[in-house]
Amino acid sequence: MDNISLLTMAPVLNVQLLVDGLLIGAIFALVAYGLALVWGVTNVKNLAQGDFVMMGGYIAYAMTLAGIHPFLALPVAIVLMFAFGWLIYKTVIYRVVDKDLFTSLLATFGIAIVVQQLLNLIFGPEVKIAESGFGIGEYLDGGLTVSNIKVIAFFLALALALVVVLFMKKSRMGQAIRATSQNARAARIMGIDTDKVYAITFALNAAICGAAGVLISMIWVIQPYFGTSYSIRAFVIVTAAGLGNLPGVIMAGLGLGALEQFGSFILGAEFQQAIVVGLLLVILVIRQIQQSRHRQVVK
Amino acid sequence: MRLSQNSIALYVVVIALGFLASLLFPNELAQISGLVIVVVLIQTWILANKYMSVGQRAFVLYAVVIICGIAAPFAFPNYVTQIAILWLMILFALTWDMMGGQMGYNSLGNIIFFGVGMYASAIVQIGLYYDVAQYTSHAGAVKVQYDWFQYVFGMGLGLIAAAISAVVVAVVLGRVVFGLRGPYFAIGTLGAAIAAGELVGAWDYVGGGGGITMPTFPGSGDERSLFFYFALFGLALFTFAFLKWLYSRRYALAVNAIRDDEDKAEAMGIHTLRYKTVAWAMSAFLLGMSGAVFGNMSGFVEPLEVAFPTITFGIFMVLMALLGGKGTLWGPVLGAVVFHIIKELTWTYFLGWQWVALGMLIIINVAYFQQGILGWAQEKWPDFFGLTVDESDTREAAADASGEASK
Amino acid sequence: MNSIIEIKDVSKAFGGVIANQSISINVAEGGITGLIGPNGSGKTTLFNSIVGHHPIDSGSIKFEGAEISTFKVQQIARLGLLRTFQQTRIYSKMNCVQNMLISIPHRTSGILDMFKAHSPETNERALELLEFVGLFSKRNLIAGDLSFGQQKLLEFAMALMNEPKVLLLDEPTAGINPTLINGLIDRLKMANEQFGVTLFVIEHNMRVIMNLAEHIYCLAHGELLAEGKPDDIQNDQRVVDAYLGAH
Ligand SMILES: Nc1ncnc2c1ncn2[C@@H]1O[C@H](COP(=O)(O)OP(=O)(O)OP(=O)(O)O)[C@@H](O)[C@H]1O
Ligand SMILES: [Mg+2]
Repeated sequence: MDNISLLTMAPVLNVQLLVDGLLIGAIFALVAYGLALVWGVTNVKNLAQGDFVMMGGYIAYAMTLAGIHPFLALPVAIVLMFAFGWLIYKTVIYRVVDKDLFTSLLATFGIAIVVQQLLNLIFGPEVKIAESGFGIGEYLDGGLTVSNIKVIAFFLALALALVVVLFMKKSRMGQAIRATSQNARAARIMGIDTDKVYAITFALNAAICGAAGVLISMIWVIQPYFGTSYSIRAFVIVTAAGLGNLPGVIMAGLGLGALEQFGSFILGAEFQQAIVVGLLLVILVIRQIQQSRHRQVVK
Repeated sequence: MRLSQNSIALYVVVIALGFLASLLFPNELAQISGLVIVVVLIQTWILANKYMSVGQRAFVLYAVVIICGIAAPFAFPNYVTQIAILWLMILFALTWDMMGGQMGYNSLGNIIFFGVGMYASAIVQIGLYYDVAQYTSHAGAVKVQYDWFQYVFGMGLGLIAAAISAVVVAVVLGRVVFGLRGPYFAIGTLGAAIAAGELVGAWDYVGGGGGITMPTFPGSGDERSLFFYFALFGLALFTFAFLKWLYSRRYALAVNAIRDDEDKAEAMGIHTLRYKTVAWAMSAFLLGMSGAVFGNMSGFVEPLEVAFPTITFGIFMVLMALLGGKGTLWGPVLGAVVFHIIKELTWTYFLGWQWVALGMLIIINVAYFQQGILGWAQEKWPDFFGLTVDESDTREAAADASGEASK
Repeated sequence: MNSIIEIKDVSKAFGGVIANQSISINVAEGGITGLIGPNGSGKTTLFNSIVGHHPIDSGSIKFEGAEISTFKVQQIARLGLLRTFQQTRIYSKMNCVQNMLISIPHRTSGILDMFKAHSPETNERALELLEFVGLFSKRNLIAGDLSFGQQKLLEFAMALMNEPKVLLLDEPTAGINPTLINGLIDRLKMANEQFGVTLFVIEHNMRVIMNLAEHIYCLAHGELLAEGKPDDIQNDQRVVDAYLGAH
């Protein structure tokens, strides 16, 4: 709690936390956008979301081990994770996509465990970072320090999101995806191969996660078990913003990033997970109160 | 021809003799006699299927299970702890199924009640004779020595406290999460379980992340393991018997109705919130007590690995119920047995890969084997489960038909 | 005759869509009242408002003289005001008898009643009602395996099992084999006369509703268009226009 007084004594610290939070929040938003995409189209709530992110991160890490710059990992991770997502859909998800929601939730939970454990067996439990070799920028007379890679990653995340949004709006596949998410039955009648749409959506989401993971491996740290908190973050954001609400997802992502920075600064870094989980519970309770005014429940 | 009560009694005696034999030779011979028991049991079971009515079969089955349960620690003295944990697993699966299988409320956070019960009993058992805050601040440096009376009395009180506090937590938490349906309920309860572990870890009074050492058992090592074995066995047996009774009541249909269509149940005036709260509280009651026993059994209570192990015990309970067949009474029991064996084997032979195996098991179970063992068996042998349909048109015709059958 | 349900100036909008606009309807106690109107005219919405499925925007709904527009679904059901669903809803993984047994009235049940066994009388009553709707031979089948029409009949039997004072039926004959419709009309009338259940029925089948109801209300575009005796309604030019879409 002493840290609160620190914040009032050194106002520039607030700026530091805010900037850090917003920069990382953009990546949270990207991951959450992927989750919302799969959720909206296939109705599968992917609990392995964060673990896909970690996979992307480890692809970047593995490439730096081979002496390749992590930027180059971005396209590699996108392609590999797209293939991986496709494979997972064709082996597991297609079996549960029309089953009750708990079944698909649990299936993705199983995937999450397998991915975590395999990463752990391959790379070990230590935290890793993909060194990008960029310097640190100083602003406000040195009161605010931001590593350049964070800024670059922020804009890369925005650019990626923009590409995905354009794909959804302009391409034929994107339109098929949107049609399916609105009414799968009608889409089928119109001759859309919904199974293919589901597979592509799932793969696309995995690719988005992979890209986000590459960014995170450069600006933060990765670890086999850190995926879970990214999954929870994505759920927090989507639950707060609602499905099909892109501006909401972005706002919630940036907000969550900032809140987390302030929270863990004040309470201590060991409470980061607790803060995210606490936030999830708070949002669920708020949503319930909103719904009960409509005599409805949160479904 | 049907097996008479006498023949049943005969089998019971044979089994009891096998059990006595195992007492006389507590070594490899004992294990061989254990095998003999198993063979006899299988023989009994085959005969039972051939010659007995459903009711008699059930009677034999229960007798066999109880006798096995009593004999097991003597027949397999090296595996007492593993078999004790098996009973705990059965209790886990059954209590999870009360909500997940029977009512369709798939909780990923039932482990909360286990942990709450464990901590409640720890506080009571230590607080009875010591100051808890002082005790925990020494982080296990002070060893407390209880005599038999102190120990048993303390644990009795601890069990009661565990049950009550778990129920209170269930009722309060229920208020918060019962407005959530489907995946939101699952994720909300998962979040609550993670949060509970973190909260207790930050609570210095109970030792925070450092945990609490439980009072030492006053007897010998063998006595200790038998004591906890029978505590868990008794608890699991009670749970099963209670649920068997409960599922013959109006309660069962009401919670099944909630599972099938909660909106319809509300529209028909069923007190859905009441049923949900009572179901959740009952499973919390049982889990709380099991937590108290397990805390004492492990001798050390700590928030993340022992009391609120969300991704081990917390997920095991779900998996076992699904594996055996959710929404049935025997399914979770079967699932627990099969799961426990698989788990012990993988933990022994695939060490390092056991978690991968567990994750694969979850995936295969939900993606390729959704009906579970019992559901699969019921599809395969419907006659055996009495799932036949009388197609009479009127009540008179039906009465005739059933009159004929009983002749 | 007394009005058991009094609806006054009830309005309900979904975003921009005004589903009900200032509707006033009285349902006579002990009678059969009809509600008709073209697709999307707001009939189901009105039912949902009455049983507390969603809040209304304005107006008042009284049941037996008491305001119920702020009550929850379960409270209203326990008062004895029950509805069936247009999209038929039954407990799909339970068998028919179980569906019936759990549909007993829950008006007075206390917390300990959940641990009671089913009485032989309840069992008997469940079988009687299943026979009444012609589903006796299907009693041990899983309800979800029944055909749509059979599910509709089961839902009706479940509603009767609940001993309601008023039953709101949303298109009871939709999906029922035409040759069985006459039988169903008779059963509805019997439920009304013998069990004393007041009926409030949404129906698209004109022959059925004219045959059944004593008083009919007609909605169009969310507003009350006309009301009166079956004959008056049948000859009302506005009703005819509304159905032909000349509005
Ligand atoms: N939950 C809802 N959200 C948004 N709009 C709704 C909702 N329920 C109904 N509506 C709209 O309200 C209007 C009235 O619908 P309602 O279901 O009451 O019609 P209806 O008279 O029952 O029609 P039908 O004869 O086809 O059953 C329709 O335009 C419908 O689209
Ligand atoms: Mg309608």
